[in-house]
Amino acid sequence: MTKASPLPDYNFAYLDEGTKRMIRRAVLKAIAIPGYQVPFASREMPMPYGWGTGGVQVTASIIGPTDVLKVIDQGADDTINAVSIRSFFQKTAAVQTTTHTNEASIIQTRHRIPETPLRADQILVYQVPIPEPLRFLEPRETETRTMHALEEYGLMHVKLYEDIARHDHIATTYAYPVKVAGRYVMDPSPIPKFDNPKMDRSPALQLFGAGREKRIYALPPFIEVKSLDFEDHPFSIQRFDKPCALCGAEGVYLDEVITDDRGGRMFVCSDTDHCQSRLTQGQGPTGPLASSGEEAGR
Amino acid sequence: MSRQPILTVGNLEKRYGARIGCTEVSFDLWPGEVLAIVGESGSGKTTLLNCISGRLARSAGSVRYRMRDGVIRELADLGEAELRFLMRTDWGFVHQNPADGLRMRVSAGGNVGERLMAVGERHYGCIRRTASDWLGRVEIAGDRIDDQPIAFSGGMRQRLQIARNLVTRPRLLFMDEPTGGLDVSVQARVLDLLRGLVSDLGLAVVIVTHDLAVARLLSQRLLVMKEGRVVESGLTDRVLDDPHHPYSQLLVASIPEA
Amino acid sequence: MTQPSSLAASAPLLSLQEVGKTFTMHLRGGVRLPVVNNVELELHPGECAVLAGPSGIGKSSILRMVYGNYSVDHGRILIRNRENGQLEDIASGDPRTILESRRHTIAYVSQFLRAIPRVSAIEVVAEPLRAAGWERDAARQRAQDLLQRLNLPSALFDLPPATFSGGEKQRVNIARGFATDHPLLLLDEPTASLDAHNREVVVEMIEEKLRCGTAILGIFHDETVRDRVATRTIDVSGFSAREAA
Repeated sequence: MTKASPLPDYNFAYLDEGTKRMIRRAVLKAIAIPGYQVPFASREMPMPYGWGTGGVQVTASIIGPTDVLKVIDQGADDTINAVSIRSFFQKTAAVQTTTHTNEASIIQTRHRIPETPLRADQILVYQVPIPEPLRFLEPRETETRTMHALEEYGLMHVKLYEDIARHDHIATTYAYPVKVAGRYVMDPSPIPKFDNPKMDRSPALQLFGAGREKRIYALPPFIEVKSLDFEDHPFSIQRFDKPCALCGAEGVYLDEVITDDRGGRMFVCSDTDHCQSRLTQGQGPTGPLASSGEEAGR
Repeated sequence: MSRQPILTVGNLEKRYGARIGCTEVSFDLWPGEVLAIVGESGSGKTTLLNCISGRLARSAGSVRYRMRDGVIRELADLGEAELRFLMRTDWGFVHQNPADGLRMRVSAGGNVGERLMAVGERHYGCIRRTASDWLGRVEIAGDRIDDQPIAFSGGMRQRLQIARNLVTRPRLLFMDEPTGGLDVSVQARVLDLLRGLVSDLGLAVVIVTHDLAVARLLSQRLLVMKEGRVVESGLTDRVLDDPHHPYSQLLVASIPEA
Repeated sequence: MTQPSSLAASAPLLSLQEVGKTFTMHLRGGVRLPVVNNVELELHPGECAVLAGPSGIGKSSILRMVYGNYSVDHGRILIRNRENGQLEDIASGDPRTILESRRHTIAYVSQFLRAIPRVSAIEVVAEPLRAAGWERDAARQRAQDLLQRLNLPSALFDLPPATFSGGEKQRVNIARGFATDHPLLLLDEPTASLDAHNREVVVEMIEEKLRCGTAILGIFHDETVRDRVATRTIDVSGFSAREAA
């Protein structure tokens, strides 16, 4: 395999084959028990924790020479984290990379799911900072493990209860807990809750890697993923009043962009590839919408 | 009173290596009955309580509990899931230090509601109504429902802990020095409240205390423990007014007026 | 509550057989203080037996043994169960038997009221009724009637008796003992700290109880009260273990 790498001192995709096998075994177990956190022997990677060491190890273990890799950070292909990881795999595995969702076979992501629906021949790899959804209320690992084992998930609703009591609605907007196939409660990583419905019964395989916490978990294709809620406070996603200020897309997740130092701002697609594709296809905002954000800022 | 005990403890023993935590303890507890375990610190009463309530593994003996369906089960034969379910539905445990029994960073309403959510209640409005009803029963003002216990006084925390335990209508309540850290006036209020709730709900209670006045006020029956053994037992007022064992006589003689 | 009526007049309600008790004071080197020996007595419905003799002779101890408050070393104390007519032995010391008999059969007016913090006078009186199964409001109403009859100022009804005067506390205590219609009533100097007027009220209440068939075992140092209510006097000196010892 080393012949594919321009850096002859390193194995294909940086990790040695033994480590990859170990991680693949963890991945297989994670797929077999959807939503269950599988411990694995996380390696030191040539980047600090918090930069996606978990996701990178999963990607390195599943990537092959013919894969096409896309890396996004908060939906963007061009931020430092995404660029660095992309070039890491270009150097260590010499794989083809892309920014187009529909061209990629593996998409590594930090905190977003692409707007373009995924297909069965694609794998989404999430970078996860804190894999344990119960951690906020129960600091003991031994206790949270028991709670998962015995399906004691009342505590998760205590957190949602606190939200409603304080804000009159469930104010958790990202890392919104889900129940997988009616069994394990899972932290979907800090994606906006807007993306939660995309996980449900997705044709793509979804893998989650937490490097510092040494956990891997997975959603096999077409698995049921349900966001937790109350009967009288059902789960709902964020809604945006206006479409993207650049491409005019509606029903997508928007980022707020500050445009000047006088309070000017606008809302644009968080998924840069989605926005770019629409603009190349000649779509854009209509009428005065483009400047509406700035007006609101005054 | 029911014809069958709700809890039967037989020859219970806990050893720490060669040292005895408690030994040869046997008693029955009937529904609606309050049993106090008294003795000075180190007498093994808290060890006994923890062994009975499944919080500590015993070395020998049996603890049988009559479940809601009437079936009598040996606690050691229950799976961990069953035991934990029992603990958060049919049982309550009131700790001396409320911080051990409360989530200090969760609102009062959330603390009371947790057990309801744990047994599958998923209607926010219902949970909140029940929580607010229970806060009223333990004399906590309704407008404190969204405050965290960290902002409560010791007495309020203890009352909140009681509400949190009783919300699922348990049949058996364990208490470890429930008024231990409280001022006398605050103690009286908590005791009065407990007395009322215990009789209204027909609870069976095992309460550990070193305070004979608390035992007299709350319990019908008393076990006196010394060095891990029960040295005297019987009707509470009988043991306190006509103590037989030298140690019981010493205990009773050591307080101004029990 | 069904009274086994055929037995009511003839069979004893309470029967003490060879009852004996000794205190052992472990804190004073294990010194033994005999209290009573071979106590024999029977009590039938509608009679008021008065325990007589000098103080310290063991009268109160006998009442306390019957109530289950003191343990019994020898003999039997049989009480007829109100529910099923069976005789039950209080001397066995079984807490459940004693609690059950207190709930339905034996009422007791002690010499001193033991006040409970935060519990009002009216609740103190209503408590035995609640324990016997009365509804809260009915129990409170009956408690209130009794306290009124005993001339306790109504302003005190909702206050805890801890701060009451001796006479006021004693009236709360009497009302508590007289509240239920238990067939056996034990009275330990109920009129000791009462004025003449209230003493008269208590005497009337005792007479009413007797007319209803309640059996009373009492200690009355006040001779006028004793002469009014006693149907029989039992000299406790005959049972005293101190003289024999």
